[in-house]
Amino acid sequence: MKRFTFKPLVCAIALGTLAFSGTALAQKKPLRVGMTLSDIPTTTGQPNGGGEGNRMTGITLYDGMINWKLDDAKGPSTLVPGLATEWNVDPKDLTRWIFKLRKGVKFHDGSDFTADAVVWNLDKLYKKEVPQYDARQAAQVIGRVLSLKGWRKIDDYTVELTTYTPDSTFPYQVSYVYYSSPAQFEKLGRDWNKFAAQPSGTGPFKLDKLVPRERIEMVRNPGYWDPKRIPKTERLILLPIPEATTRASALLSGQVDFIEVPPPDFVPRLKAQGFVVTSNIYPHYWPYYMSFREGSPWRDLRVRKAVNLAIDRDGIVKLLGGLAEPAKGIVDDSSPWFGKPQFKVKYDPATAKKLLAEAGYGPSKPLHLKILISPSGSGQMLPKPMNEYIQQNLKQVGINLELVTVDWEGIRNCRRAGAGAPPCHGTDGINNSSGTADPFSAFTRVYSSKSIAPKGWNYMYYSDPKVDAMIDKAMTIFDEKKRDVLLGEIHAYLVDNAVDVWVVHDTGPRAMSSKVRGWTQAKNWFQDLAPVYVAD
Amino acid sequence: MLSYILRRVLYTIPIAIGVSLVVFTLIHLAPGDPLSAVVGEVDQKMLAEMRASFGYDKPLPVQYFLWLGSTLTGDMGYSLRTGAPVFPTLIAAAKNTIAIGVGAAILGFLLGVLSGLVAGYNHGTWIDKTVSSAAIAGVSMPHYWLAIILVIIFSVHLGWLPSVGSGSGEAFWSWAAWRHMVLPVVALAAIPAAIVARTARASVMEILSMEFVEALRARGLSERRILWHVARNALPTVLAVMGLQFAHLLGGSILVETVFTWPGTGQLLNMAIFDRDMPVLQGTIMLLALFFVLTNLVVDILQAWADPRISRS
Repeated sequence: MKRFTFKPLVCAIALGTLAFSGTALAQKKPLRVGMTLSDIPTTTGQPNGGGEGNRMTGITLYDGMINWKLDDAKGPSTLVPGLATEWNVDPKDLTRWIFKLRKGVKFHDGSDFTADAVVWNLDKLYKKEVPQYDARQAAQVIGRVLSLKGWRKIDDYTVELTTYTPDSTFPYQVSYVYYSSPAQFEKLGRDWNKFAAQPSGTGPFKLDKLVPRERIEMVRNPGYWDPKRIPKTERLILLPIPEATTRASALLSGQVDFIEVPPPDFVPRLKAQGFVVTSNIYPHYWPYYMSFREGSPWRDLRVRKAVNLAIDRDGIVKLLGGLAEPAKGIVDDSSPWFGKPQFKVKYDPATAKKLLAEAGYGPSKPLHLKILISPSGSGQMLPKPMNEYIQQNLKQVGINLELVTVDWEGIRNCRRAGAGAPPCHGTDGINNSSGTADPFSAFTRVYSSKSIAPKGWNYMYYSDPKVDAMIDKAMTIFDEKKRDVLLGEIHAYLVDNAVDVWVVHDTGPRAMSSKVRGWTQAKNWFQDLAPVYVAD
Repeated sequence: MLSYILRRVLYTIPIAIGVSLVVFTLIHLAPGDPLSAVVGEVDQKMLAEMRASFGYDKPLPVQYFLWLGSTLTGDMGYSLRTGAPVFPTLIAAAKNTIAIGVGAAILGFLLGVLSGLVAGYNHGTWIDKTVSSAAIAGVSMPHYWLAIILVIIFSVHLGWLPSVGSGSGEAFWSWAAWRHMVLPVVALAAIPAAIVARTARASVMEILSMEFVEALRARGLSERRILWHVARNALPTVLAVMGLQFAHLLGGSILVETVFTWPGTGQLLNMAIFDRDMPVLQGTIMLLALFFVLTNLVVDILQAWADPRISRS
């Protein structure tokens, strides 16, 4: 007869205690992060500072109704329930969405998150007549939530959101909206400036201290609604260190534990000294958008293919210290939207020359292209040396590439105004990196003729009824897998038509002390700092 | 002397108004939209609405007078980027810049005056050659480059001093806070020290060749007394240079403050330029220009005190 033993029970209790202590006890050592931003992103709810702003003071202090899955480095990052537990489109009315809200969620000030808070926050962004309207917050997000038409509370934990037209990508848009506490806003005398110093969201961290332009200190929110994201560190300190060498020096000298974007020439030294450098491809591409307006050489498919084939992307990746991936299209080939393009974006100068000759260009009549570039800018990587490298590549196939440098805002002004507009300085194209996190960012805003500048971000004046029809159709497919197939077809079509010049995808390098634990670099602009801590 | 001071003070008023006009005009002449860097990805219609809500749709002269009126009452508006009021932001940044500016001025001027005086007095000797070589190196060396070298040596290799921030979490009167100032102060002090040393050396050499110095020697004054007279005569020229350098230091250095992530006016200006944050940009440039105007006023008064011929003329 087998004897009863307490061993398994003891082990189970020990393991349970360990597991419990892992979540309940946080590391005392603060996690100090060197950001690339020159200032603390705004803390009122909708941060400025682009993707970095969102991951630093957005998803740390706040939540969306829909969040991103950020605990997986392998698969494409997907949407997951946040403050809403589920969302569905009404099958009878495809413009009507119902969001079921999570119960028991509290803002940092102790007030409850309910449907009223959702309505109040959407009013904050769209209704100029309400006291909580904040033009600065609105400016950061309304351009990403273009489909939203209306909103209303159904009950305390259910809201209805409506769109102008059926839009299956609407949940992506909803993910960009964060929820600030109405109670805290009232308590602080309806003053967003005061709210910025004492913000209250529902996120895994609470703000403890904010010194503008110097540091922001956050402490863990032990009552966070998602046990998996209760921070592992007691304190998170974010420091704006825009100068790359200073950032790397701060890490090397132990003043910070983690930095964003180490300079490529520091990477070997960091690795040699035991620091950990991580990178992972994410929805970003570094292209040339070219003008399709009347008279542009870019209207010739042979020219478009030739330029794409003349660029040595591996050389550019080497120039960047390996911290990039050669682009084969708008999205990388691990994306479900990559599809099966026939045109292979690769380095083939011989074919490039042949195509140019067919298009009527050669030594006696060289092709001249003029590109607007910036010396720096969000997502622009190392624009000057990269563009000069491309200039050399194109020279080898007989293309004269003229680079016109303006500041980053000059590029954005040109993109907003559209090809041929005065801010574009007579150029044929712009070098403007872009995000592709959602179908709207990746396709609709860039390639739909409805988005042609100055109305939208289709700088190129690209107009193809087939692409328009496919994009419109994708918006009405609510089965995600089926929609992915169609988005893959759109992507393949755009690549086969060599619409842009695709160069590289950024891999978002980060460097950290060997004592940093819990870091997972998701394939996303956003990254989760909640599980990250510094071990003793 | 009093009427001279009064006259100089009155002169600063039209100068300040002129400066405000130039600042405003130059910033608004620069291409680009004041809101383009502040707003996210919005279309032209939204941008026009935002422009109207911030008052940037009004004619430029109207915008100028509105800005000038509010600035005179101490209200410089709100940052487009953060929404924070500009005036307190500027004051906080100016305090930080003044902290390292004054430190760099004390270090640089002390080094510069002493070494220039010694080099000029010992003209042609190895002391003179050493000081002159060091001064040429100091003037030629870009201070951002020196800043990076200092960081690499004292922060990365030796680990003695921090390279980032102002130590805002520490009590001001503590070594923990002051150690953050050491590297920025040294980096900032190099150029003024070199310029002042060269000026002091040249002035001392020039004065030493004057006849009155020979007369002093003939009257049997000690070398120490003679040096005092020489130094006193060299003072107006050195003061003028020190005044300009001091204004430069108080204006903050975009590059040094960026390298050390020092939250002063230089860094604020840098951010405002990149963000096209017009209210902060206007306020910061105005403040820096006023630093120059006021420093020049103080220097003029000091020069008049040192050399009464100036006020009489």
